[in-house]
Amino acid sequence: MTDTDAVVQPRKKGLTRRQKRSLSRGAQYVVFVAAVIAFAVSADWGRLKNQFAQADIAEQMFPDVITLALKNTVLYTLSGFAVGLVLGMVIALMRLSSVGPYRWFAGVYIEIFRGLPALLIFIFIGVAVPLAFPGTEIVGGTYGKVALALGLVAAAYMAETIRAGIQAVPKGQMEAARSLGFSPARAMVSIIIPQAFRIILPPLTNELVLLFKDSSLVLFLGVTLEERELSKYGRDLASTTANSTPILVAGLCYLLVTIPLGFVVRRMEAKAQEAVK
Amino acid sequence: MTAKTLGGHPEIQVRALHKSFGDNEVLKGIDLEIGRGEVVCVIGPSGSGKSTLLRCVNLLEEPTKGQVFVGGTELTDPDVDIDAVRRRIGMVFQQFNLFPHLTVTENLTLPQRRVLRRGKAEAARVAAENLERVGLAEKADAYPSSLSGGQQQRVAIARSLSMGPEVMLFDEPTSALDPELVGDVLAVMRRLAQEGMTMMVVTHEMTFAREVADRVVFMDGGVIVEDGVPARVIGAPRHERTRHFLSRLLDPAMAEVEEETSNQVGGSD
Repeated sequence: MTDTDAVVQPRKKGLTRRQKRSLSRGAQYVVFVAAVIAFAVSADWGRLKNQFAQADIAEQMFPDVITLALKNTVLYTLSGFAVGLVLGMVIALMRLSSVGPYRWFAGVYIEIFRGLPALLIFIFIGVAVPLAFPGTEIVGGTYGKVALALGLVAAAYMAETIRAGIQAVPKGQMEAARSLGFSPARAMVSIIIPQAFRIILPPLTNELVLLFKDSSLVLFLGVTLEERELSKYGRDLASTTANSTPILVAGLCYLLVTIPLGFVVRRMEAKAQEAVK
Repeated sequence: MTAKTLGGHPEIQVRALHKSFGDNEVLKGIDLEIGRGEVVCVIGPSGSGKSTLLRCVNLLEEPTKGQVFVGGTELTDPDVDIDAVRRRIGMVFQQFNLFPHLTVTENLTLPQRRVLRRGKAEAARVAAENLERVGLAEKADAYPSSLSGGQQQRVAIARSLSMGPEVMLFDEPTSALDPELVGDVLAVMRRLAQEGMTMMVVTHEMTFAREVADRVVFMDGGVIVEDGVPARVIGAPRHERTRHFLSRLLDPAMAEVEEETSNQVGGSD
């Protein structure tokens, strides 16, 4: 009943709603800062520094960590993205098709590849494909396998994004194109898809960030020294030096790419927001 | 029907056209002929089926029953090359439907190049000519979003004209415009009519209908109620439903609150 009293006679308590709100916000902030400080103080920084921040080990990683590991990570990501984009576009168009079996196939594909961990797809590509098609080599060796595995996973997510983008283009655009004499396919390619891509550029870039991280799964395919990417490279070095500094350096290399990409996405989203107004 | 056919066979011919959306029968047997060079305004209350009729003429809506001919070609023939026929039919929408990712000039050249396979220079020349025609030559490099509604609609008309259509369809071309922008669009349409274009215009602009149209068709409840010269249909309507519609349109403030009788269907004349 006290609650009701407070609502009926708020003035008697002495604090306005606004004052109460700032008081509660201040309390939350104090608790938050205290928790961070307690955590920081209780950690053993000396041992962490020993294990993760050895300057000489970090030094000997350069320039290979950039010229080999980061380069390979970027290569794997971009090739996976390219495969995913093409395949995702096909799946999205099948999903929107008027032909029932196409829609059905696309739906099943999306559910399967969205539902499975990327790790399993990598193992599947590494093991099942050579078994199923003995004697055949996936074009491009490891690079081809990674592009295929990442692409298969990315296509499922991208297909849904692309479909949403196509459906977000106003119906009148297709009608205008058709009444000018465009065939359905030509209207899709010339008019609808270019507009859809403007809408889905931010989510597609997010997908690129996800792929960038998933490219670390390549280590389950078994790679040569020359084919190592950031995670594998960092782990290998960590075991030879018996120190975790390479892991930290590899992690920083990921952030070197993902943080600027995230910034670009936010810029694009802000611009898209503005365009809507 | 008082179809005035100026040159041989009618440019647009609609025969016993029916259109249903599910259980809702929107067109209940429409017969209409429009001669070459004729300007026909279709008027009627909202929900009367006038926009659906127009959209059936270029098959944006698939008729449920009946036939549509444009320039002697039957569009309702299942084997017709609909894209080829649509090249001869210009369509102007209430919401303009310009392509927002393209500049004004690209809006005019892309369809010519992709659909008509015209060369770059030829397409650019036709585009410039038609922008001049609608008085927007100086907006050639602008994007649609930077134009007023009236300017966008004139660009949309120029885009249709660039395809060299024999017939132009207008679906409430001024209904989405601020009142002060309506005049420019109507001026362009009036000039087009004077140049001899065959036009079918769904509109609420009675002044335009009276001054520019050769014929006015009044639709209500999915049928054509009256069809005749503007002076007759607008000036001296024979049917109660036409009189009723016109009185509400011309003086909305005077309209009385009444029961829902106007949606019921009677016979056509």
